[in-house]
Amino acid sequence: MSSTRTQRITLAKGLNMGLRKAMEDDPKVLIMGEDVGKLGGVFRITDGLQKDFGEDRVIDSPLAESGIVGTAVGLALRGYRPVVEIQFDGFVYPAYDQIVAQVAKMHYRSQGRSPMPMVIRIPFGGGIGAVEHHSESPEAQFAHTPGLKVVACSNPVDGYWMIQQAIASDDPVIFLEPKRQYHADKADLDDSMAPDPLFSSRVVRRGSDATLLAYGPTVKTAMKAAEAAATEGRSLEVIDLRTLSPLDMGPVFDSVRRTGRAIITHEAHVNLGVGAEVAARVQEECFYSLESPVLRVCGFDIPYPASRIEEDFLPDLDRVLDAVDRSLEF
Amino acid sequence: MPDFGPDLAEVFGPAAADGGPDLVQLLTPEGERVHHPEFDRDFSAEELRGFYRDMVLTRRIDTEATALQRHGELGIWAQLLGQEAAQIGAGRALRPQDYVFPTYREHGVAWCRGVDPLHLLGLFRGVDHGSWDPKDHNFGLYTIVIGAQALHATGYAMGIQRDGAVGTGDHDRDAAVIAHFGDGASSQGDVNEAFIFAASYNAPVVFFCQNNQWAISEPIERQSRIPLFQRALGFGFPGVRVDGNDVLATYAVTQAALQRAREGSGPTLVEAYTYRMGAHTTTDDPTRYRLSDDVERWKLKDPIARVKVYLTRNGLADDDFFASIQAEADDLGHRLREGCKALPDPKPLSMFNHVYAEETDELRQQREGYAAYLETFEGAR
Repeated sequence: MSSTRTQRITLAKGLNMGLRKAMEDDPKVLIMGEDVGKLGGVFRITDGLQKDFGEDRVIDSPLAESGIVGTAVGLALRGYRPVVEIQFDGFVYPAYDQIVAQVAKMHYRSQGRSPMPMVIRIPFGGGIGAVEHHSESPEAQFAHTPGLKVVACSNPVDGYWMIQQAIASDDPVIFLEPKRQYHADKADLDDSMAPDPLFSSRVVRRGSDATLLAYGPTVKTAMKAAEAAATEGRSLEVIDLRTLSPLDMGPVFDSVRRTGRAIITHEAHVNLGVGAEVAARVQEECFYSLESPVLRVCGFDIPYPASRIEEDFLPDLDRVLDAVDRSLEF
Repeated sequence: MPDFGPDLAEVFGPAAADGGPDLVQLLTPEGERVHHPEFDRDFSAEELRGFYRDMVLTRRIDTEATALQRHGELGIWAQLLGQEAAQIGAGRALRPQDYVFPTYREHGVAWCRGVDPLHLLGLFRGVDHGSWDPKDHNFGLYTIVIGAQALHATGYAMGIQRDGAVGTGDHDRDAAVIAHFGDGASSQGDVNEAFIFAASYNAPVVFFCQNNQWAISEPIERQSRIPLFQRALGFGFPGVRVDGNDVLATYAVTQAALQRAREGSGPTLVEAYTYRMGAHTTTDDPTRYRLSDDVERWKLKDPIARVKVYLTRNGLADDDFFASIQAEADDLGHRLREGCKALPDPKPLSMFNHVYAEETDELRQQREGYAAYLETFEGAR
């Protein structure tokens, strides 16, 4: 295909285009959630979809998250592929019971007879100056639940592809979208290019001195850190994990065996977060390659703070570089 | 096909423009005093002027906060424009020992409970998650997760029962709880479970639903196919629909419901029928999903204008009174503008405070680690 198919898009646009494509490709794909119809969602991710696909396929739901996910279970049992939008991360908990006790277990309970090809989209992460419950990172709670798959996109092109792949998956996928990035940066999408598989991590910057691991909103932080470190002659490799359950550790192990050092950064609380699992696996598989302990640069173990100090809570360039220093000086 | 009876949605219409035949009203939009067989009562001139003052000042808080958000001084603001009567009527019906569980839009009730509006601004500015002491005002912290507080209210009411503060006949002891929520929240499991618990235990709680017709972009029809107040019957307690733009009726109905609760007769659902004149919050754009015709029609039902007409027409307030309220509103506006900008940003290390009653060593180490890290910067914070 020619480059005329290349478009410059935001993450919000990529997700919107991906949802549209999935709905065009498969009439069983439905979108459900609060305000997803006429309004196009509070972040406009479903903008224009109800107008083009109708109210039967883009469903404005009553204001009840357990209801949304619970009825999506029924729709999935009936053969539909519901794509559910939870308006904000902190509002997923009324649906938590349906997600962990029903969505996650249905395939297992039914001995594979009742798959749950459902996507639960959750805008996650902070940095938008919001009030309580609008800036959280609940991924570990879902990654800890067998039966769910959990992915996080970090950029517009991945947004476009990963949402389609998640919808095509016959397993339920918790699909995390870094809300701070929705309208932030643009990237070129060439939809003639084949995407990476959904459940794969990816090296996004080559380096040799240490490996930075990130996903969702912290990929940008890690990339900036690598750029800053390069000006001081330090070569950092950056890996976008993309999938949190299952983890795709192959590229991580390859990298750490070369660099001998790993630092993972996520906005979610450090205690029992994804970083803990990654660190455990790295020391299991790369023990003799490690030159220093695996370090974590994460949200502190406090409830998400008031927004005027949220930048102190969130991992930033300086905190990542500080960890790089500690790793290299170990 | 068996006959299941009439379609209730057809009979009543959940969003009947005039609120339908069951709407309790004591003051019409035109400022005419009407009477109601069950909820009528007399109001003194002083009470009426008080309602007017409360509503004007509440609207001013809302207007100032909206402007402060536009100027970047607040992260977001949840507007109450149009809902002043519902909130002041409900707020003034309370006795000191009653307890309020608000949503994040109850600025008028907060006013009635003596919460300094600067506390509200602090939350929306992002300096804290709620800085007033609920016990000082018997007014809980704003709850942002939709409907969660309905269960808290019910539990609190169960506590009042266990304290023997219901049905004693002691005016100053018997207490009730009021749970605020909106039409959108009526769909949440928590709200429906609160109805079940309150009915089951006959808890002294008033469920006060401000039906402002919109849950962000979704009209009331998405949440309910019958008038919300009628749901109460299915749970086993009475429901009343009151004109939420009529402060007199809202006061009278809420007072009756609270008294019923205090006497030990159990819960009531009050549906205050009103309209969200502004956006859901300052980040919302209602032009994307609703017609301005609706808004224009509801402008004619303004809660403040009708009281002003009534006061003026009956010689209960003069120009000096209205001028004094205006001056008071201007002073309040000035104080909020200056006070908001002067709210200090929290210190970074304060984010580690209050996570636990008994702090853990782990958390202490995180705080100390971050403090040491901050000190590595020049001009450490």
